[in-house]
Amino acid sequence: MSEIIQQIKEKFSGANGFSGFVFSEINNFPMLELPKERLLEAAKILRDEFKFEQLKDLISVDRFTKLQRFECIYNLYSLTHVTRMFLKVRLDLKKPEVDSLFPVWKSANWSEREAYDMMGINFIGHPDLRRMYMMEEYEYYPLRKDYPLMGLPGAVQLPKK
Amino acid sequence: MAEEILHEIKKTKTEVTVNSGLHSKHDRAEDILDNQNKILRALESDDVRAHFEGALDNQLVLNMGPQHPATHGVLQLVVSLDGESVVNTVPVLGYLHRGYEKLAENMTFHEFIPHTDRLDYLSPLANNVGYILAVEKILKIEATPRAQYIRTICCEVARIASHLVWMGSMAMDVGALTVFLWGFTEREKILDILDILTGVRFTTSYTRIGGLALDMSDEVNARLNAFLDQFIPKFEDCRNLIERNKIFINRCEGVGYISKEDAISLGVTGPNLRAAGVERDLRKDEPYLVYKELDFDVPTYTESDVLARYYVRIKEVYESVKLVRQCLAKLPSGPINSPDAKQVLPDKGEVYSKMEELIHDFMIINFGTAPEKGAEAYQAIEAAKGELGFYIISNGKGYPFRLKIRSPSFVNLGALPTMLDKAMISDIVAIIGSIDPVMGEADK
Repeated sequence: MSEIIQQIKEKFSGANGFSGFVFSEINNFPMLELPKERLLEAAKILRDEFKFEQLKDLISVDRFTKLQRFECIYNLYSLTHVTRMFLKVRLDLKKPEVDSLFPVWKSANWSEREAYDMMGINFIGHPDLRRMYMMEEYEYYPLRKDYPLMGLPGAVQLPKK
Repeated sequence: MAEEILHEIKKTKTEVTVNSGLHSKHDRAEDILDNQNKILRALESDDVRAHFEGALDNQLVLNMGPQHPATHGVLQLVVSLDGESVVNTVPVLGYLHRGYEKLAENMTFHEFIPHTDRLDYLSPLANNVGYILAVEKILKIEATPRAQYIRTICCEVARIASHLVWMGSMAMDVGALTVFLWGFTEREKILDILDILTGVRFTTSYTRIGGLALDMSDEVNARLNAFLDQFIPKFEDCRNLIERNKIFINRCEGVGYISKEDAISLGVTGPNLRAAGVERDLRKDEPYLVYKELDFDVPTYTESDVLARYYVRIKEVYESVKLVRQCLAKLPSGPINSPDAKQVLPDKGEVYSKMEELIHDFMIINFGTAPEKGAEAYQAIEAAKGELGFYIISNGKGYPFRLKIRSPSFVNLGALPTMLDKAMISDIVAIIGSIDPVMGEADK
């Protein structure tokens, strides 16, 4: 594992007041799981101190479990250190909310809109949280596991003759 | 203003009538004179001039697309204009949304390969390779050296084919029509070779888990070499048509500027980022396939305008030609499918004659090849448009639990409002062309 990842591990250890930060590995890429309350803070540290300049993608996952049903996986990339790492937060169905990372990375704008559209996750502080692909009046979130593959009949209002 | 004056006149009149009973004649005449002077002064002052506030600097909202030939597909732009310059842009996506991520959750890994053709439909081979590399990563299979080399050739040929379309359509956006036809002539030759290589001209679906659908014959090798020999002079002809044209240069230079910081923050990848002076290429940084063994440069420009993006892609075509030549020279012999019988489809001839192969074929086709439970993998390739990534999560079944496509066109289009800021309305199409978006990929 590269030096920068080692430094990140030291920074986000319990000794520095970061409890609940768990490191794992996704086929050679480090994955940092963290409590959702501290996501924005950790993202700012990763961008400013460790030079992760790009948020390449946001992967929203519906685990279809009773507790902590949703996951948001952030794909970060450092152009300076040429390193990739992932951040993961878990969210509940009752309150699928997490802080928007738009203040840190501008690309979060569209990625978060996509996750909101497909999975129904709310991003607090997002400047323009609209649907990305589906029409604005659509009531369902298509990538949730309880949404049928064939779609729901009558979900889209067709123009009357 | 006119109303105020009228009011003032009325007021003076009433004052005059009221005063008339109380004052002497002399006073009255003086008062009237005074009031008249007042009115005259008011009329002569600047305030009396007619004002038409906001009649000419009104913001006009213009809708471009989705049925617009210059938006490269079904991209809709809602542009608010101040005169001829763009104030704000809102791209509207989703007209080509087919829900590929949902579809992927309901079919085996093999069944999804034809769908990857329809993502970036200008370079389907690169999508096939990118997807299958992610699947192989999660299954922990490695393809044979020959398959790896053929896949690298596929990726680079796809890049040339994609850039040829881009070159033609971007030149057409700024008014040069001939290059489009010349570029398509060359692309047609590539498609003819792909016809022999993959059996299909366009929607190739060429890769399989652990290998390829067909082996590369010597005829393909010879034809590719012959194509590359004549390609560079023809490509130079295309370049000479537009690069030495003053209209083309004037329409591209300094247009669509985006600062390096903005481009990085907006997540822009590929040629668009390299035109902003960031020398990052996944083929060098996270080497996949056989790029480690090949020699090539990463062209980078710093101007970050339409012309810089043009030159980055032009230089990339030369690098791709270099890479294909190296791969063809180094191409090793051997099998194209990895020997893992439980996970890799057997040869069709053996399926009809041998029991073991028939069982494996049946199992793989019906239930798919299953990764470990809870396995996750991310694999990205440097496609023609930028970083094309696939994030796969498995629950131990033959189909993905979640498949996330990181499409470069989608993220690059996110930078469009920044590039269009304060641009002229006639430059909009040139800037869209320079981003090189493919809506099949952006809308997924």
